[in-house]
Amino acid sequence: MIPELGHFLLWLALGVSAVLGTLPLVGAGRNRADWMALARPSAAILFALVALAFVCLALAFVGNDFSVLYVATNSNRSLPTHYRFAAVWGGHEGSMLLWTLMLAVWTVAVARFSAHLPDKVMARILAVMGWLSFGFLLFMLMTSNPFDRLVPTPANGRDLNPLLQDPGMVIHPPMLYMGYVGLSVAFSFAVAALIGGNLDATWARWTRPWTTAAWIFLTIGIALGSGWAYYELGWGGWWFWDPVENASFMPWLVATALIHSLAVTEKRNSFKSWTVLLAILAFSLSLLGTFLVRSGVLSSVHAFATDPRRGLFILAFLVIVIGASLSLYAWRAPSVGIGARFALLSRETLLLGNNVLLVVACGAVLLGTLYPLALDALGMGKISVGPPYFDTVFVPLMAPLVFLIGVGPLARWKAAELPALAKRLRWALLVAIVAALLTAWLRGHLSVVSVLGLAMAFWVVAALLTDLADRLKPSGVVRTSVLSRARQIPRAMIGMMIAHFGIAVFIFGVTLVKSGEVERDVKMDVGDTTEVRGYTFTFRGVQPLQGPNYRAAQGTVEVTRDGKAVTTLHPEKRVFPVAGTTMTEAAIDPGFTRDLYVSLGEPLTGNTWIVRVYVKPFVGWIWGGCLLMAFGGFLAATDRRYRSKVRESAAADAKVAAT
Amino acid sequence: MKPRHKRLAIVGGVVAAVGAAAALVLNAFQSNLVFFYSPSQIAAHEAPTARTFRLGGMVVEGTVKRDGTRVNFVVTDTAQSIPVRYEGILPDLFKEGKGVVAQGQLQDGVFVAREVLAKHDENYMPPEAAEALKRAQKGNPKLAETLSAEPIRK
Repeated sequence: MIPELGHFLLWLALGVSAVLGTLPLVGAGRNRADWMALARPSAAILFALVALAFVCLALAFVGNDFSVLYVATNSNRSLPTHYRFAAVWGGHEGSMLLWTLMLAVWTVAVARFSAHLPDKVMARILAVMGWLSFGFLLFMLMTSNPFDRLVPTPANGRDLNPLLQDPGMVIHPPMLYMGYVGLSVAFSFAVAALIGGNLDATWARWTRPWTTAAWIFLTIGIALGSGWAYYELGWGGWWFWDPVENASFMPWLVATALIHSLAVTEKRNSFKSWTVLLAILAFSLSLLGTFLVRSGVLSSVHAFATDPRRGLFILAFLVIVIGASLSLYAWRAPSVGIGARFALLSRETLLLGNNVLLVVACGAVLLGTLYPLALDALGMGKISVGPPYFDTVFVPLMAPLVFLIGVGPLARWKAAELPALAKRLRWALLVAIVAALLTAWLRGHLSVVSVLGLAMAFWVVAALLTDLADRLKPSGVVRTSVLSRARQIPRAMIGMMIAHFGIAVFIFGVTLVKSGEVERDVKMDVGDTTEVRGYTFTFRGVQPLQGPNYRAAQGTVEVTRDGKAVTTLHPEKRVFPVAGTTMTEAAIDPGFTRDLYVSLGEPLTGNTWIVRVYVKPFVGWIWGGCLLMAFGGFLAATDRRYRSKVRESAAADAKVAAT
Repeated sequence: MKPRHKRLAIVGGVVAAVGAAAALVLNAFQSNLVFFYSPSQIAAHEAPTARTFRLGGMVVEGTVKRDGTRVNFVVTDTAQSIPVRYEGILPDLFKEGKGVVAQGQLQDGVFVAREVLAKHDENYMPPEAAEALKRAQKGNPKLAETLSAEPIRK
């Protein structure tokens, strides 16, 4: 009964989203307040319906209802309960439902927290989001209904892909989807503004916190995915330039450009049409990512042909959304105007540089991701574009961008003076270069690449400190304490500084991992030792172990340094009988300055195994940097500027209600 | 500088930057494309000798020989076979009789793999491996048919 209820709720939600997509939009055009007033309640109802449908599916999973096809293919009785819940988004249909739920969450959040928006703008934004919901609900109901029944009912399910049975994988998809779908808010704001024709600094101020919020989720989602790959795939890599990763990275690059371009639009009323275009692009790339990952074209363009309905539907949806929004853009953007003028050297120009570099980087990733697919689809042979391409392209594109991170925040809006800038930043540059040379020399890796990487990281930090010192310097006649001056710095500014510092931490980690990591595959018998970077790894053999839904061989590896015990690691080789899959579970001793990483390779004769022994210096800083970026974004998005607006209008509403 | 000149300078700068970036990207792209060859193509001397490429096919049963961290095995597309040498740990999904994709170079008739790929779940046949088998289908239709069953990827 419950699955049918869920199915029915999805149909109801489809109806509500159609109402949400049309009436408020028409109402805004015809000045019908009663039609526009439908937007908020419809958004709330839409959310309730989709959330209930989601609960229905979750109940089917937790209750082991294998008469539901999707449950039978993605779950199993022996699967622990929390993974049975996470299995809701372990496959295609469920992740589409999660996606739709996220969209409903963002829709209702906009309806709830943007009380200060004029009714017309609000109606248009929610209507656009309603259309997006409509598209996804229709997609689910037409091609991938998660509530389809399976007759006859099997006694047990096929189990969740063992790779996904991991805490990181439980939160990674929801985070990533929150980010993907969150970009739909910026998109809807942009489209609504194009329809309404008024695009100004206020519009940018409304859009900014939403965009930053989506960007935060995207950042955390990508970092989680990378961390998952690091400890779960068992080969210690943290980024593979895999098409699935690229699919999430491309929207991130454009969203990062969008955040910066929105700043220009808000502060200087410039870059308006460009900002709108970026908002459209960012969400289009989210949709493209969904298409790539979900249609099956990545595993093979021929997989597309085995179930063409899904792929064709998403492709059609993609064409409609991108085509319609770009046509609207082409039609309305000329009336938007170019905005305020600025000098050749100004913060605007530097941010323009940031935007160009990020968009070009995104283009390079897009080329590397789509070209092999296009060639294959056209029957022109199979090729692949590997990590070397992306590495070659990315470093030269990101180096100038990182340089700009240092200069941008110090340059003034409208017009900056080159001599003044150079004077303020020369010490930062010098310090960065000296510190980089010193660090590289101390770590024994005096190569061009590692010095360049370290110099970029130190440059960002040194420039940040210069900026901070200038802000804390006493100005004017009134004497104030450093603390009170520190409090004067707006929260959003501190957020920016922390996010930029996060980039420095990230680059520092990447550089030291790339230059200093040691990866060794060794044949080890019981009692054998191997030494890597001063750590002695002793193999103590392998014991059998029984997990809830798997059997494992658990190895024991003792690590000592200078005769002192450091840690004991237990890497595992797991066999999941239901899926018939073998999994390597690495054992990691995480540290502030290094990770010790051990995983079991293959058993040879007797008790001999091939063991992977890695020492990865500063690898944790890679994700630490990402978290700092996300935290900086959080501070920026919750700046008082945005909140006070809400409070003011809430107070105004209360006043109106009282009278 | 007049505003018009200024805008011209900005546009010119952006165009130059994008142009330089495009040149860099396309150049890197050109030199890092990895082509794919099947054992039959290698047997017909179509594969390059001094360039990295991908080989796809099926691991022949009973050919996997371990010698410490070094592995030797034979990859076939049912029509032709090619010996492969690899140093290191094979992925979990590497199995005799299953599809495999290896990336490396040809040295004296032996494919020296630097990377062996076999990803995701059991049912997943790497697209290149499926392709190689499909191409060789004429040679041994029945076997190739059973092997090139469409991949399911989660």
